[in-house]
Amino acid sequence: MRFLMALYEIFTNPQFYKLTLTAATPFIFASLGGVYSEITGVVNIALEGIMLMGAFFSIVFTFALGNPWIGVVAAIVIGLGMAWLHGWASIKWCGNQIVSGTALILLAQGVTGFLMEPIFGQPGQTDIVGRIPEFRIPGLANIPFIGDAIGTLSPLIYIAFGSVALTWFIIFKTKLGLRMRAVGENPEAADTLGVNVHMVRYFGVLMSGVMAALGGAFLSVGEVGNFRELMTGGRGFIALAAMILGNWNPVGAMWASLLFGFSEAFANQLQSSPLLHVSSNVKPLFNMFPFVVTLVVVAGFIGRTRPPAADGVPYEK
Amino acid sequence: MRSRLWAFLVPIVSVVIALLLASLVILFIGQNPITAYQALIRGAFGSKLSLATTIVKTTPLILTGLAVGFAFRAGLFNIGAEGQMIMGALVATTVGINMGSTPAVIAIPLTMLAGMAAGAGYAAIIGFLKAKTGAHEVVSSIMLNWIAEYFATYMVTVPLAVGMGTPKSPEIAPSAKLPPLLTVQATELTSGILVAILAAFVMYIILEKTTKGYEIKATGFNPYAAEYGGIKISQNIILAMAVSGALAGLAGSLEVMGVHHRFLGTLSGGKGFDGISIALIGQNHPIGIIFAALLMGSLRTGSNEMQFVGVPKHIIIIVQGIVIFLVAADRIVRTVLIRKRVKSQ
Repeated sequence: MRFLMALYEIFTNPQFYKLTLTAATPFIFASLGGVYSEITGVVNIALEGIMLMGAFFSIVFTFALGNPWIGVVAAIVIGLGMAWLHGWASIKWCGNQIVSGTALILLAQGVTGFLMEPIFGQPGQTDIVGRIPEFRIPGLANIPFIGDAIGTLSPLIYIAFGSVALTWFIIFKTKLGLRMRAVGENPEAADTLGVNVHMVRYFGVLMSGVMAALGGAFLSVGEVGNFRELMTGGRGFIALAAMILGNWNPVGAMWASLLFGFSEAFANQLQSSPLLHVSSNVKPLFNMFPFVVTLVVVAGFIGRTRPPAADGVPYEK
Repeated sequence: MRSRLWAFLVPIVSVVIALLLASLVILFIGQNPITAYQALIRGAFGSKLSLATTIVKTTPLILTGLAVGFAFRAGLFNIGAEGQMIMGALVATTVGINMGSTPAVIAIPLTMLAGMAAGAGYAAIIGFLKAKTGAHEVVSSIMLNWIAEYFATYMVTVPLAVGMGTPKSPEIAPSAKLPPLLTVQATELTSGILVAILAAFVMYIILEKTTKGYEIKATGFNPYAAEYGGIKISQNIILAMAVSGALAGLAGSLEVMGVHHRFLGTLSGGKGFDGISIALIGQNHPIGIIFAALLMGSLRTGSNEMQFVGVPKHIIIIVQGIVIFLVAADRIVRTVLIRKRVKSQ
């Protein structure tokens, strides 16, 4: 009974929906990144590492220059750099894409951990250095309930949903998008028709870097205003699962990201519910929840989705 | 013969390049790379104590390296050795605590096998999902890693918790502890190293001398051809993951039985992930893996000494990242070279 009352309280509170959107945003950005890359045929498990770099360098540049938006731009630049490395290894050198992705994750963990002390003078986590203020949409914010849920949010959340629309448009309504899909399905045929397979793949991989870095920047300057070591905590991989569940479609990936954001927000709200008195000792079990949901979803739905035919296969002329 | 030479050269050259690039990173934060590397070598081999520590750290790394390497041979990427090691250590601890007055002849193998079984079972989930539903092993292993980590944290904060401070379990029964080979000051040189080396030879024999090993390699090399040849793919995927997980679970057992004598939250500490670098540097060969684990173990031990001269020990993770990146790309450089030779003939 008490549990049902707690559920009622959670679901009727507009704050819960705001938290769901907040938790979903890094997944949305990173899963769009996954879509960009894999639709052209390059598997990018480095999303986790690119997010971590984005989170770190947006804080570094905010710390140095005082403006969190400069931090976001810095994150994009570093994301492009990381993605270029992945593209260089997997497109130019036809390297093992999963191994290269793993390498970049380690590199990101190493670089961010290594630079903590020289830059911030302490390991572990930085002080709060500044975050992007929330943005209030005039008319929308005044509507009862809905206004509290979606009327005043971090501008990066609106940008995330805008990116979903933009990505859908690029992939399904432009010539470039058609080429991306062709290269991901059948690079030989695309090549025969004069499409530069390597260039198109570089575009996909670089865009995935931009998106994943934005997801990371949201975690730090968008949400909490500081950086903690390894703060991405597996979100890049949950985003990969969201991309798979969304059937490599930006809109599908968004819905899947919302599901994972929902499960994260739900686990958080449940353990802090005043009606349930959850002991802090069992918190690890609640933290497990989003990962269990992801595993079940990946195992249960995967047979019904289909990756691009040339996903993960290097192309040599 | 030529490809053997390459298999030997690629990882060594990669490590050298990585150390050179890392020295640029050290210069970047205003430290002297020569002093740093001197400290690294001193920290890893400078004294009897540091040498013992290096061997203690190498032991689990041999096993996680073998775990990842074995899966690679079957065409599977076991990025979940970390979670399997945690589960192995957790179950070995639970069994070890309850050994009471059981004689060591029974308690030691039983505790060890319990950890292996836990690792094998946990990894078999990944193999089962891959074989039956097509779920990519990378995504499911990562999820299982996090689940294992949170589950273990829960176990040592509630049901198995003992004492104050860092969450930990009670000590295992004395009869379940591995006898040390020798004791250098407070550091016990665990006899686990012998078990780890034995495991490498067993893996070599399984892969090179048995039919099952041949089937597993065939599955990894070309699953379609293997299936056409009458090899059951899904069975071999699950089996290969289980063997891989058993090796990672054994790493967990040995850490509990030979080093910590209890479960600690920080017990795995990335050793499962190190297994990936080790397998790649060792080119998935058991002997190569032993040497790669020794390299990684000495880097890990030596990096503590580097901290004292002002170089954060994260530099080791950067080195690993660069090595793996070069191995990923360089493997292909090799095949390109071979292909060119074929074309020109």
